[in-house]
Amino acid sequence: MGLNGDEAAAYAAKQVNPDIVAAYPITPQTIIVERFSEYVADGEVDTEFVAVESEHSALSSCVGAAAAGGRAFTATAANGLALMWEITYIASSLRLPIVMAVANRALSGPINIHNDHSDTMGARDSGWIQIYCENSQEVYDACIEAWMMGEHPCVQLPVMVCLDGFTLSHTMENVLTLPDDVVQEFVGERQFIRVKGHAGETEFRLNVETPLTMGPLDLQDYYFEHKMQQVDAMNEALKAIPEVDAEYAKVSGRRYGFLHPYKMDDAEVALIGLGSAMGTVRYAVDELRDEGIKAGLIKMRVFRPFPEEELVKVVGDLPVLGVLEKAASFGAPGGPLYEEVKTVFYDRERKPLIADFIHGLGGRDTSPKMIKGVYKSLLDAKEKGKVSEKVSFVGVRE
Amino acid sequence: MSELKPGWKDLPKGAVSTKSSRDYETGDWGIERPEFDRSKCTKCMLCHFYCPEGAITVREDGYTEVNVKYCKGCGICAEECPVSCITMVMK
Repeated sequence: MGLNGDEAAAYAAKQVNPDIVAAYPITPQTIIVERFSEYVADGEVDTEFVAVESEHSALSSCVGAAAAGGRAFTATAANGLALMWEITYIASSLRLPIVMAVANRALSGPINIHNDHSDTMGARDSGWIQIYCENSQEVYDACIEAWMMGEHPCVQLPVMVCLDGFTLSHTMENVLTLPDDVVQEFVGERQFIRVKGHAGETEFRLNVETPLTMGPLDLQDYYFEHKMQQVDAMNEALKAIPEVDAEYAKVSGRRYGFLHPYKMDDAEVALIGLGSAMGTVRYAVDELRDEGIKAGLIKMRVFRPFPEEELVKVVGDLPVLGVLEKAASFGAPGGPLYEEVKTVFYDRERKPLIADFIHGLGGRDTSPKMIKGVYKSLLDAKEKGKVSEKVSFVGVRE
Repeated sequence: MSELKPGWKDLPKGAVSTKSSRDYETGDWGIERPEFDRSKCTKCMLCHFYCPEGAITVREDGYTEVNVKYCKGCGICAEECPVSCITMVMK
């Protein structure tokens, strides 16, 4: 059916039928909560819709509902995510598998409503799984799979489904949806791990019959251990996500992975990146191939946990790799994705030359011509055997 | 709190408390405890209400008593007692 990215997220959420949706409208996410509130008004879901007064309250409500054993969904963007900041860390440390769609938008200021990844990249250390989508189909599928990733017994983490504001959120595409009962069967009922609390072993949920204390003061003697558990949960997510992808492929016929390589087998130059810009890169790769240049693309779908081993495998003997990203880290040696890709390869014997290309901030358009220019400069680096400009800003006026 | 604590592999997920506050015996924090002179006590129960630790409970007969497992020896009860029937003594 014809759905834009926001509608795809709302439709998937409707089919999952969560116990609670608590959200506050913010462009370009607004359509998600608008559509969902219509589903509630029309009686198409059993969900309790909480119209909160801020994003801080939205995520706080989700934390409470998830702690009580419910499935909680919310959506936000940019400054809304910034207002949730405090609670993002609480949701992950309390190990609550909330699902949140983020319509990626540039953070203020100056105020801007268009797409880049400054919002979710800022939240990369908050302990959430992060999935970046290229199109509405991926948004729909991720908003279903996310529940099973987050609720996996070895994982128990919240999940962000990231979709580019306007480029995806407001652009209608044809989306293959699943029947309601197939989605319902796939997600089933939320399953609970068992924990040993002060009143004995019980399901990991607040229940007056079997009391449990969540979120108490956690000082020098235990906090570090609980952070280690979050480190471990992300390592477990590296194993659990492919399991969920495989199960989802069985019901949908669509198989996702951490990375989606395109024409990488014989590539002599490639770009890695996240989100909707990867469609433009794929187009540029095809044009470059027509020109006889062996270009390739690595689309990264899962950024947290970072799929290190998978990346090394896909890169193989590639001589030069460009990182194309929509976030700047002010004062850092490069953008966040660049730094992590470089960290992965620093200790490896086989490693490509790596250069960073920051583009599209505040929704600035990146054309196929600009992408081809990036490939050409990478080929130049390959020829010289070194990268002359570690970090380039593509599409900015001087 | 000098017992060996469990490592991250053994702790429950979600930073769930493994003990209740009842298991946390704060009585070894202080060095004094209240002693009640019941010949002067009027059973007003103010010591019970003022005790920040809930360590002073009211007995069937209306007199109060202290649970030294939790009494931190702060002396608020002795300070607040209107008939000065409470004195702080070494534990």
